[in-house]
Amino acid sequence: MPGKRSISQQIVISGVGGQGVLFVTRLLAEAAILKGLRVFTSETHGMAQRGGTVLSHLKVGAFSSPLIRAGNADGLLALKANSLAQHGYYLKPGAWAVVNRSQDVTIDADVSAYIVDAERLAKQIQNPKSVNLILLGFALAAASAKTENHIFCQMEDVETVLELRMAKNKTMLDDAVKALEAGFKSFK
Amino acid sequence: MYKRKLMLGNEAIANGLMENGCTVATSYPGTPASEILGAFAALDKKGPGQRHIQWAVNEKIAFEIAYTASTAGLRTAVSMKQVGLNVASDPLMSAAYLGVKGGFVVISADDPGPHSSQTEQDSRLMAMMARIPVLDPDSPRQAKDMVKTAFELSEAFEIPVMLRPTTRVCHARQDIEPGDVLPGKWDAGFQKDPARWAATPKFRFQLHRELEKKLDAVSRHQETAPVRLNDAARSSKALVVSGVAASHAEEILKGLNLWDILPMYQVLQPFPLHRDFILHMIDTYSDILVIEETTGIIEMQLADRHRVKGKLTGSVPGVGELLPESIQKIIGEFAGIDTQAIAVPAEPGVRPTLCAGCPHRAAFFAIKKAAPKGIYPSDIGCYTLGLNLGAVDTVLCMGAAVSQAAGFYHAYKHETKRPDIVATIGDSTFFHAGVPALIDAVVQNVRFVLVILDNRTTAMTGNQPTPAMGIGACGEMLNPVDIEGLVKGCGVRFCRVGDPYYLNEFVALLKDAIQHSRENGPAVVISRRPCLIDRLREEKPGWEPMNVEVADTCDGCGYCIDHFECPALNLNQNEKQVCIDTVLCSGCGVCISVCPKKSIKEVKDAG
Repeated sequence: MPGKRSISQQIVISGVGGQGVLFVTRLLAEAAILKGLRVFTSETHGMAQRGGTVLSHLKVGAFSSPLIRAGNADGLLALKANSLAQHGYYLKPGAWAVVNRSQDVTIDADVSAYIVDAERLAKQIQNPKSVNLILLGFALAAASAKTENHIFCQMEDVETVLELRMAKNKTMLDDAVKALEAGFKSFK
Repeated sequence: MYKRKLMLGNEAIANGLMENGCTVATSYPGTPASEILGAFAALDKKGPGQRHIQWAVNEKIAFEIAYTASTAGLRTAVSMKQVGLNVASDPLMSAAYLGVKGGFVVISADDPGPHSSQTEQDSRLMAMMARIPVLDPDSPRQAKDMVKTAFELSEAFEIPVMLRPTTRVCHARQDIEPGDVLPGKWDAGFQKDPARWAATPKFRFQLHRELEKKLDAVSRHQETAPVRLNDAARSSKALVVSGVAASHAEEILKGLNLWDILPMYQVLQPFPLHRDFILHMIDTYSDILVIEETTGIIEMQLADRHRVKGKLTGSVPGVGELLPESIQKIIGEFAGIDTQAIAVPAEPGVRPTLCAGCPHRAAFFAIKKAAPKGIYPSDIGCYTLGLNLGAVDTVLCMGAAVSQAAGFYHAYKHETKRPDIVATIGDSTFFHAGVPALIDAVVQNVRFVLVILDNRTTAMTGNQPTPAMGIGACGEMLNPVDIEGLVKGCGVRFCRVGDPYYLNEFVALLKDAIQHSRENGPAVVISRRPCLIDRLREEKPGWEPMNVEVADTCDGCGYCIDHFECPALNLNQNEKQVCIDTVLCSGCGVCISVCPKKSIKEVKDAG
């Protein structure tokens, strides 16, 4: 609520099975816990995970329901180019969307859209499976560029979560941080 | 003080079991319940390990083991998905009569939608039929708290108690503070009482009478009574909600500024519904809207058809998941306001498919080659996705591939030209319910081929071990049961093992099996190749990934795309040629044998 400084954010993360939608959701959710915030997420499992569309909902703040209602999301992380068209209806007017795609597109909706070619960046850093982290890094830079659209956490918070999760595997941690930073730096 | 942890609903339930001294926990995996037992085992590893935790061959067996340990006085739990409860319904109905000693919690996870199930059935109806109490959590946090309530209720009334989470509880994550672990208590003391534990029909009548008395008392039990969520609200209308619909409704009511207007009651125990609550609602309100998933259980018990709106009156949809958008619309109509709810468009989405390199794909391709005009009964698991390849004609329930093959055989057996019948079943599903059906097929001399897709794991639900692996839920070594021996023990005379990665040899093996089945009766082919995504597996894959490329001779005919549909193969529309997605490709090399033009080739490294 404005003026109260109580954080209340709803973010939709969408992609297909195998891209790491759930991993990104967990990183953000754990970052929220680190910051002392309440968090609720919802995921797609089972049959839907075999390469099908994967959608997760992340709600930070005092929520009772695990799902975001259509027209209520503050932001969308789209790991697939068509995710914005597919799941844009979750966004509220003035929301942000960060989309992984190779070409620029015009967006009709009342949405601040930021486009990044995460596949190309992933190839550049020779880590083709890091598209999810690149997009997250890019989103942390892009969404925070507009003051009214700050994501509830910063780059450092996500890096701390990665360090806690990957404490036993230095190589994996280095690769993850590298991908996150590649995305972050690619925002201009 | 513990730090808050991000817990999956199923992990929260496992924590609840751990904090309440559950000593024996059993399960058969099934979405959305699969992670409960795994999480419980993981928590136990950190503790003293004084518990029995096991994956059972099926839900009936899982139920019977946990139930019986409770009759010996221990706190126990069994977890499964809603259709698993069908398999366990035989012991469930009887256990309700006999009752328990130590607390016994039956966790049956429902899947409104359905997201990953063959039905949307409501386990609370099963609780009603069995005459046992059921608790309906609205969130991971409440699910954890309700484990405690369930054990206490079970012990207070010596009755099995059901905990019924839904997918949105099981697969939501919430920040939850873990509590102190209560060590398992090994104080088994089974007290013989044949009139109870081995009751004959005469005594069963008495037990039924006692059960009804228990239920009457449970319906007055204050600890599980419905709660009023917004005390200040005053209206002649009221909302009654339960489960995850309650959590949606709370947020919606606040968002619509109805929180201080419309009284809302949350039912924690949908059956038996508290008697005082029923009277209070009917006496107080002229209009009552009930929102619950999936059947109108609470609505049925609030039996005033003039005041109660819900599924029976058509005010709430009777099928499908109650998404918050639809609840918003329903509440708006009830309150008489326009909520401007945005309808969720039907999502085309991307259809799920078998992984690149999945051995099932190779097996299905071979089956179509060997019996192109066959009937293909199949079963429940990843391999249901053989639908995409046109190699799955029927999916009914666990184990039915074998008996459906028999049903087709008997339907056609008097015809001069019988279709070949090639059924597919996974290794875990074969153990679960395929074995009795196979014995039946041997006895009846059913002329069909059963392909057991042996990927050495229960893949779809997250790679739980099968009885063939000899590994327990906590990673302990157990006694493996060999599938070939089992098949032969059922009386099958043709039983051979093949590797579907060697596609041409595998097609030849299938043809032999089909020939045998036409003349002699059942034949079994075990298609053995471990699942590619089984992270538990430490053994070597037994094959070197190949570098595969598409030669210029590819004319883009699309045969491999249509008939093999590997996600690593894509048809490039501009160049009219197939290209390989090197990120997805596992290097199984099966597509080399699939291409009719021999345009997919292995590239050997020069070095």
